[in-house]
Amino acid sequence: MKKEFLMGSETIVKGAIAAGAQMMTGYPITPTTEIMEHWAEEAAKNPALKFLQTEDEMSAGFAMIGAILAGVKAFTASAGPGNVLMQDAFSMAENMRLPTVAFIGQRGGPSTGTVIYSQQELNLTCFGGNGEGLRIVYSTAGGQELYDYAIKAFNTAWKYRFPTFVLTDGYQNKTQSSVEIYQPQEKQVEIVSPTPYLLNPQKQEGTFTHIRNTYNLEQELADVLIDYKKHFTEITPEILEFEDYHTLDAEIVIFAHGIVAAAAKLAVDSLRNEGKKVGLFRPITLNPFPKESAINAVTNKKGILITESSLGQFERMVKSNIYPANTPIFTLKKPAVGIMPEEIIEKINQIFSEKGNNA
Amino acid sequence: MPETALPKSWNKESKPHKFCPGCGQALALKILGQAIDELDIQKKMIYATDIGCSLLSWSMFNVDTIQTHHGRTLPLSVGFKKAKPEAIVVSFTGDGGGYAIGAQHLLNTAMRNDPITVILINNANYAMTGGQLAPTTLLNQKTTTAPKGRELAQGKPFKGPEMLAQITSEDAHIARGISTNYQQLLEMYKKAISNQIEGRGFSFVEVIAMCPVNWHTDAQQSLDFAEIEMAKIYPIGELKCPQK
Ligand SMILES: Cc1ncc(C[n+]2csc(CCOP(=O)(O)OP(=O)(O)O)c2C)c(N)n1
Ligand code: SF4
Repeated sequence: MKKEFLMGSETIVKGAIAAGAQMMTGYPITPTTEIMEHWAEEAAKNPALKFLQTEDEMSAGFAMIGAILAGVKAFTASAGPGNVLMQDAFSMAENMRLPTVAFIGQRGGPSTGTVIYSQQELNLTCFGGNGEGLRIVYSTAGGQELYDYAIKAFNTAWKYRFPTFVLTDGYQNKTQSSVEIYQPQEKQVEIVSPTPYLLNPQKQEGTFTHIRNTYNLEQELADVLIDYKKHFTEITPEILEFEDYHTLDAEIVIFAHGIVAAAAKLAVDSLRNEGKKVGLFRPITLNPFPKESAINAVTNKKGILITESSLGQFERMVKSNIYPANTPIFTLKKPAVGIMPEEIIEKINQIFSEKGNNA
Repeated sequence: MPETALPKSWNKESKPHKFCPGCGQALALKILGQAIDELDIQKKMIYATDIGCSLLSWSMFNVDTIQTHHGRTLPLSVGFKKAKPEAIVVSFTGDGGGYAIGAQHLLNTAMRNDPITVILINNANYAMTGGQLAPTTLLNQKTTTAPKGRELAQGKPFKGPEMLAQITSEDAHIARGISTNYQQLLEMYKKAISNQIEGRGFSFVEVIAMCPVNWHTDAQQSLDFAEIEMAKIYPIGELKCPQK
């Protein structure tokens, strides 16, 4: 175990390697390009690591799938318009239960937008594609978490066989911080090994595997999806993660995810120093969403403040999950712009003085 | 093997196959089955198919098979090959999949000399969706989206192998065959796949194939359109063959 001072993208690559990742595919886009560059450097040093710079993100997504079918732990990283193009592949991964792993560095949208920061890829990452959103999405808050959740993402993907995402942003990817680099075994984390879908040497002699994504009959597809959903629901309790920070005695509970939750935490500390009872509920898994815990956190509170760097993608997610809770809801939403602890403090003070606007 | 017998590598449980009577793709796949048998690669290969009528072949062979998205068969194949270089990877796609929606993948795969074998069906239309204009539609040929026939303003018929021959390395194998010439197409397939096995790199066979349903042709007219009209525009033969 050792501490290293690393840029977020480098932390992600180190986490992926610790998780046993063997191959990366990708196409450059800010703010995830450095993930590719760091991986390319590692692959140049270590012949066991493979790398494909593809012609676009559709190719990166499908080449990742090809590698996974061969039984290799492959991953990709993208952002914004690249995330849009990759939905093609993620949708197939959802259809076929393929353990894709993608690091999504959110940038401003729609369109090319801005290149560094936003929280606007929540909808796309959690529910993109023409499917049911049977995906697992971790929203990290930078630093150490990038290492921890990089490892976790591969394990979750290969254990449960649902497409798995780590949702970051350019602030997280480009910030340097001190990170504890450990081998998973040191923390009793067992690494899940990959198995091939095609040309599996373990399969019975004389049998062949045919994998398709097209069905002849409506009912055939319905049966498959109902079965997938059942499995997703069954494994949900094992996957759910959230951070509950002083919500028990809080009068107002802030809802935030990702890097905004880090700002909200500072706001909570500062408000509590002034004797104001404020807490933070931060879902770490956005999909599946920690619904029961969120409902518990808002019951009998004076108000909820939902804050995000988007115009309401997270708000919609929170509201639909805590319904029918009737706690008053306030919001602080800034599309594609960071949120400072001071702004959250100001908003909370307004709510306490009952001047805040209901959402 | 007599031309009437089924290849050993065909999956008997999925027969009769799902292609229309008289379909050139079914013939092209039968010959592929024969090539798989003769090269004895059934257990060492994967077969990746596009969306288009090609999807009907998802359970055609007793070979590990993956059906992908429209146009995305090549990147998937390239990823598989990169991850497992000892596997033989055969990708099957239509001319819409290869020359339109997935054209950037074909171009880049060929340019990089990725060691996979691509078989592309040229039936001069988008068949699965009911016969629309394809990059390969002949001038004056009528389709549902070119009701007066293809005009020059809609582009010249696209010559894939000729373009690929220009951009690939000398190690690539590039050919155009026709589904009605059994022996010739069989040899082309075998050479193309051998090019991959022998580690030279990319190989590509375009196959002219009848689509009587969307051409609205009877048996003789179908043969004539493929063997005479199409072959006039799309010359049959090897464009690049590193193994002399
Ligand atoms: C992204 C996407 N766009 C459109 C379609 C609809 N579609 C299915 S098959 C096809 C055309 C296939 O034509 P081609 O590749 O020439 O194969 P063919 O059917 O002629 O064998 C289209 C457009 C699709 N499945 N996916
Ligand atoms: S529509 Fe044309 S290409 Fe498709 S199966 Fe029928 S004949 Fe073959």
